[in-house]
Amino acid sequence: MHIVVSIKQVPDSAQIRVHPVTNTIMRQGVPTIINPYDLFALEEALRLRDAYGGEVTVLTMGPPMAEDSLRKALGYGADRAVLLTDRYFAGSDTLATSFALSHAIAKIGETFGPPDVVFTGKQTIDGDTAQVGPGIAKRLDLVQLTYVAKIASIDLAAREITVERRCEGGTQKLKSSLPCLITMLEGTNEMRRGSIEDALCAARSRIVKWSAAEAGIEDLTKCGLRGSPTVVKRVFAPTARSEKAAQIDTAEKTLRDLADELIVAIFTRQPALEPELAFDGA
Amino acid sequence: MINEEFDAIVIGAGMSGNAAAYTMASDGLKVLQLERGEYPGSKNVQGAIMYANMLEKIVPDFRDDAPLERHLVEQRLWVMDETSHTGIHYRSEDFNEVKPNRYTIIRAQFDKWFSRKVREAGATVLCETTVTELVRDGNGKVIGVRTDRAGGAIYADVVVLAEGVCGLLGTRGGLRKMLKPEAVALAVKEMHFLPEEIIEQRFGVKGSEGCVIEAVGTISHGMAGLGFLYTNKESISLGIGCLVSDFTAKMESPYTLLDALKHHPSIRPLIAGSEVKEYAAHLIPEGGYKAIPQLFGDGWVVVGDAAQLNNAIHREGSNLAMTSGRIAAEAIIQVKRRNDPMTKRNLALYKTMLDESFVVKDLRKYKDMPSLLHNNAGNFFTTYPKLMSQAAQNFMRVDGTPKIDKEKATTAAFIKARSRLGLVSDAIRLALAWR
Repeated sequence: MHIVVSIKQVPDSAQIRVHPVTNTIMRQGVPTIINPYDLFALEEALRLRDAYGGEVTVLTMGPPMAEDSLRKALGYGADRAVLLTDRYFAGSDTLATSFALSHAIAKIGETFGPPDVVFTGKQTIDGDTAQVGPGIAKRLDLVQLTYVAKIASIDLAAREITVERRCEGGTQKLKSSLPCLITMLEGTNEMRRGSIEDALCAARSRIVKWSAAEAGIEDLTKCGLRGSPTVVKRVFAPTARSEKAAQIDTAEKTLRDLADELIVAIFTRQPALEPELAFDGA
Repeated sequence: MINEEFDAIVIGAGMSGNAAAYTMASDGLKVLQLERGEYPGSKNVQGAIMYANMLEKIVPDFRDDAPLERHLVEQRLWVMDETSHTGIHYRSEDFNEVKPNRYTIIRAQFDKWFSRKVREAGATVLCETTVTELVRDGNGKVIGVRTDRAGGAIYADVVVLAEGVCGLLGTRGGLRKMLKPEAVALAVKEMHFLPEEIIEQRFGVKGSEGCVIEAVGTISHGMAGLGFLYTNKESISLGIGCLVSDFTAKMESPYTLLDALKHHPSIRPLIAGSEVKEYAAHLIPEGGYKAIPQLFGDGWVVVGDAAQLNNAIHREGSNLAMTSGRIAAEAIIQVKRRNDPMTKRNLALYKTMLDESFVVKDLRKYKDMPSLLHNNAGNFFTTYPKLMSQAAQNFMRVDGTPKIDKEKATTAAFIKARSRLGLVSDAIRLALAWR
């Protein structure tokens, strides 16, 4: 089977700093990592390949330096890596990103064989939208299985997949036809350590690099900033609150008195709450 | 099982490993370099001063794109006691040359650059890969390595051990003895960030000029040790190191020394208002000539810190590392060209070439220094600095005491502290060790 995993290179959030004056994220000099959620998708893809045979193609869109992430993915054992890179993609929001990636996936299908499963992470740690995966599914007309916790079984002959999906209040077991797009939930597996062959292969592999044109994208108005209707009006850091928590000595008073005092204290500070919450017969 | 075989495997991507890998790969050898860190430089710590001449011999045009901090125009050597420092400062406009002689660098950045050069030269570099074992054939010749990754051994004609000061692999492989605590120093340092213009004002430098302070004295609490302050573009590296055996014997911890150094009245104003963003610690080989282990064998050579090639007296390490890496590579290239096997006999060429270089010549010159300083740490690092400081103050302070009495007092203080015989013997021993 052919599995495509779409990953994103993100700033390492553990090492990120916020500019003290402008409150913007200082991306310069911050080490980059593969979006941690994507690693669960990649590992799941590698497991499927190991179980059912086939190939895993890793795809990312980003600046030339995003090649580092792809090389890392190859080091984990992916078979092929495609970097979609073009200045036309700069400033893409989720709409433009899913547009570009869906074209690249279609092109991967033409070039290396049609994918049976497309994987993405649940969301990214920098954008946090969880929109790109579903966006790709919609554009490629793939069944979308989001928040997948486990792949129960695949029947390649019948072109069917059964997954467990986390939902509000429980787990859904879903059966779907292939091909499909899966966004993988975190904590569902653990990324392997690539073998020495994988590491050697990763260090030497030629990464496939496609520009917008090479990925078969004709309508450049749907790419990058031009194709992105999202407007970031302002980025700000929340101001720190000046109030400090008050300490209550529970030994001296009865619980009823304490509760009364607390209610009075809350209503004093938040008078708007009183008409809503005050109830008769208290 | 990996079927392909390499001409050489280099273990470690520090100064010596990069120099060796670069030199061999540039000559067309098929080189594999293995580094345990996440990226080259992630595990590497140095003060750090880099000597241009030695790097020029490997990458002649390094100044074009290597990340260099400041070129040094001023060197201060300080002898410190609790409240003062007595110093020699040497500053020269001659150091503002087209191709400056010494630079401060930040290893994490510098090593990334060096590693990129290695890859551009054609070597294959694998990070996050720890070599766990040397693989030998039936005759004991090293023929490859095993790593912590799955997939078996990788084979090569020769293995270059550039694994750094601890040399765990070489020790485990029986190539040398365990490192002795008195032959290794533990140095700690902090990176104090300050705006460029503040550094320029405080040290009287402009542009990419830089200043270095190196200090001995009571700052090492009676142990054999050295404090240092190096100016980078937008930061100051401040650190101190002492012999591990001394730390153990005195039950001292490195951070208390560094903390005291930071609060010393001579240092405090230089780092005032800075923000500490990084701290690091590293071992430094200090055993000198006598601590150099066997440098070559059947199928292997050892270079850099792993070979204990560090000149503690002149505080030179990375240039000895680079040079030993380059020379080992050149020896391997010569053996390879002759189509000879990488046997102990043939690889002895490395030692012959190294013996002729400044690396071994310098270390041989100071072969008695490490033990002299180690065994007399109290005198050289506490008694004399204090006497020197008192003498200087006695000379500078004007208080109506006749000059002849002042001079007598100074002489008496020296004799009282070390006795006439002690002074003469210290002077002779120092002179002999220096010679």
